Amino acid sequence: MASVNDVVIKIATVNGTGSASANGLLRKSIFRMGVPVVGKNYFPSNIQGLPTWYEIRVTGDGYSCRSDRVDIMVAMNAQTYARDLAEVKPGGCLVYDSTWPRSSLLNRDDITIIGIPLSKMCNEHFDGARARILMKNIAYVGAIAALLDLDLDIIKNLLEETFATKQHLIASNMEAIHLGFDYAKKSFPCPLSAHVRKMDATTGHIVIDGNTAAGLGCMYAGATVGAWYPITPSTGLMDAFRMFCGRYRVDPESGKRTYAIIQAEDELAAIGMVLGASWNGARSFTPTSGPGISLMSEFIGLGYYAEIPAVIFNVQRTGPSTGMPTRTQQCDLLSCAYASHGDTKHVLLFPADPAECFYMSPQAFDLAERLQTPVMVLSDLDIGMNDWMIPELEWDDSYVPDRGKVYSAEELEEMENFYRYLDVDGDGIPYRTLPGVHPKGAYFTRGSGHTKLGAYTENSADYQEVIDRLLVKWETARTMVPEAEISYSRFNKAAILTLGSSDGACKEALDRLEGRDINLNYCRVRAFPFTDAVGEFIDQHEVVYVVEQNRDAQLRTLLITDIEADQRKLVSVLHYDGMPINAGCVVDGVLEEIAKGRAA
Amino acid sequence: MTYIAKPRVSHPSLPRNELGLTTRDYEGSVSTLCAGCGHDSVTAALIQAVFELDIEPHMLAKISGIGCSSKTPAYFVNQAHGFNSVHGRMPSVTTGANAANRDMTYIGVSGDGDSLSIGAGQFVHAIRRNLNMCYLIENNGVYGLTKGQFSASADIGTKPKKGLPNQQEPIDPASSALALGATYIARSFSGDKEQLVPLIKGAIMHSGFSLVDVISPCVTFNDHEGSTKSYAHTREFYKHVANIDYVHPSKEIQASYAEGEAMPIHLHGGDTIVLRKIDREYDPTSRADAFKLLRERFHAGEITTGLLYVNENRAEMHELMQNIETPLSQLPYEGLQPGSGELRKLQSRYR
Repeated sequence: MASVNDVVIKIATVNGTGSASANGLLRKSIFRMGVPVVGKNYFPSNIQGLPTWYEIRVTGDGYSCRSDRVDIMVAMNAQTYARDLAEVKPGGCLVYDSTWPRSSLLNRDDITIIGIPLSKMCNEHFDGARARILMKNIAYVGAIAALLDLDLDIIKNLLEETFATKQHLIASNMEAIHLGFDYAKKSFPCPLSAHVRKMDATTGHIVIDGNTAAGLGCMYAGATVGAWYPITPSTGLMDAFRMFCGRYRVDPESGKRTYAIIQAEDELAAIGMVLGASWNGARSFTPTSGPGISLMSEFIGLGYYAEIPAVIFNVQRTGPSTGMPTRTQQCDLLSCAYASHGDTKHVLLFPADPAECFYMSPQAFDLAERLQTPVMVLSDLDIGMNDWMIPELEWDDSYVPDRGKVYSAEELEEMENFYRYLDVDGDGIPYRTLPGVHPKGAYFTRGSGHTKLGAYTENSADYQEVIDRLLVKWETARTMVPEAEISYSRFNKAAILTLGSSDGACKEALDRLEGRDINLNYCRVRAFPFTDAVGEFIDQHEVVYVVEQNRDAQLRTLLITDIEADQRKLVSVLHYDGMPINAGCVVDGVLEEIAKGRAA
Repeated sequence: MTYIAKPRVSHPSLPRNELGLTTRDYEGSVSTLCAGCGHDSVTAALIQAVFELDIEPHMLAKISGIGCSSKTPAYFVNQAHGFNSVHGRMPSVTTGANAANRDMTYIGVSGDGDSLSIGAGQFVHAIRRNLNMCYLIENNGVYGLTKGQFSASADIGTKPKKGLPNQQEPIDPASSALALGATYIARSFSGDKEQLVPLIKGAIMHSGFSLVDVISPCVTFNDHEGSTKSYAHTREFYKHVANIDYVHPSKEIQASYAEGEAMPIHLHGGDTIVLRKIDREYDPTSRADAFKLLRERFHAGEITTGLLYVNENRAEMHELMQNIETPLSQLPYEGLQPGSGELRKLQSRYR
């Protein structure tokens, strides 16, 4: 049930009406009062005119997943009144624009209905159709501010920051805030029992989406070539890279750029460009989503076999096929792990939030260049496009990019002969050279069968020698990828194992289950191949609930194929309706399995 | 295919270029293509062109897709980096490679199947970006490695060894490139090295996208009576319209061309090409002329060769992107990110 600093506000609007900035203002105001927030967008694959929702979870406990209830519904979209009304929890309230009578909204007596004549007031106070629509959004922020007891000075500060160069907008926006605020104050008992109270839980934190954090990470990683084909929900990543590079990567003297962003003709070309650039010594990456991975697969196989670094961000969305492009899933684990024909397997990283999107970006480049292979970062729409509270990002100025085993001109000069695919060090990783460095470094890169010396071959033994050496490299990769997050805080024989954006829901579920005397250990894998610690973790338990957001238990399959985990122990808890997973899904799933006798 | 090494002995009397290298230094592995394949003549022309241009072998990247033509990079300049990528995707790999290092010379070798069917999209977009590269199509109208199917450049009425003549409209790479805005378009014949070498040299020195469409007959699947891509047919119907001489910046333009026929064109890098117009009326710097010529001569059954179109006034990809002159792959890391202090500052907007 809602209480102080534990409230969920959902705002129903029509997309294309400028509500995003109003919703952002509301979310930031709460954050600046020191109270943790989670912001989720539920939007259509459309530009204008369809329903869209923004949900703000005020969570004094600092949980990071979406909630499974709605306490305050701001119903601004006539198209969705009925379902919005139905969604409000008993005891909650519904705010609507009472400029027009909405008798259908009054048929619930278990919630408080708050009518505020937003359009009427804005029409009286502002000129122009566009301004009236925008100010109506700001006015509902004012009304919510009164209901939740938000600090008007904080709202004013935020508006001053936003409109620093457009002073006149500060006054008009504050006027709109007051319209809503004052009307709510005088007409309804404010604040509601479930409201916001200042605390100090957001110092040292920011609210950011994963795509922005990853784009920032790519700039800090020293990426110089980004090639991409626009696809939801990954587009924000290149937008962010472009924004940060525009600010920090333009040579002050010449005005020339130290980065290249190439909008490709399709995903096939995007990954081709990334491989070409990486082959030629640049740190290069491409952001995409599931359909893009399907198109890139042939090239990913070339990258694997010819041993060319590449960084691919897959911001996963709901499949199969076009699926639901604006909904989230963790559904590309298998298609990424084994992308391309023939025997291939690829290093995957699984960020759980925007912070890891940032930190895993340089890690992905380091691994790709160290291992000379494509590395995929599997984010998803929930991480990529929603607003997450994370600790402020930090950068270690002593970081030096790991460019891997690359012979310099001097080293080549000293050498008798260079052979591209020799396992000199026994770790399965050969040395490479970059074009344009030294004539002795020249070799022929090919996706056709080759010997360890780099020559074309159709000889069975020579072919197999190279393909087997790639397995040695795979085992080396296992020792280099980020370690799983494991917590053994509770002594017992059952555990939850998950990955990526399911982390927040699982951690909240652990707390809730504890309240029912069900204590579970926890493992969140952060990379594929799985580290030894993951195998040991599974070995130490009798039952492991594998929580993931897809229908086919893809993480479970990977555990069975990569580390031969005992499949009888691995009990799936799956969520795949396209909405981000929440704690309720995990709790219900685990309880259901326990009821079936699948418990330790 | 390409594992046979050639002996590295060269005769002391072989001429040397400004780097002190002989043509032997620009050779590759022994070709494994069919004896008499047009592609091997193209390889010989490529070797001569890069030798004469004094290109340092390791500063050359030779990139291809898949097919008989795409094997060519293995047969020239062993000390250049070669990349035999995936079918139809040479342009994207070259785009990325060029983005990373603009100082190198890029030669992409493709075929009619590789460029006009599976890779048509990438061919089109490399032109659109005015990617600074020499794009060479070894055009023989058939798929060789899969044994003789027609390609998209097969002419209407041309006969296969077995089966019915082609009835589908051919795609002409030169006309397509012209429509798409390519800035250097040449056509030649593998059997005319004298014409081909200067065209390749001009293509390499041109700043921007250069297409060299080379009719390169397939002796095994498309050199028979009734084929419009055979040696005999090509010899009979090909017509020079504007040949070129490439002039190194250090050498003076020879005045041996008749007035009105010689037309010097200054390239971005300071080099000059001199057009020798066979057809007095034809102006290869006019896109409209080029359209007219290609359309009329094509309908007359002629194979129009020479430098068909050139435009030195359009910016290439890096210039269009306003990139720094230093190759992106060589920028020191320190200058690529603003450090921890700036990271702290820039996050104020996320609070």
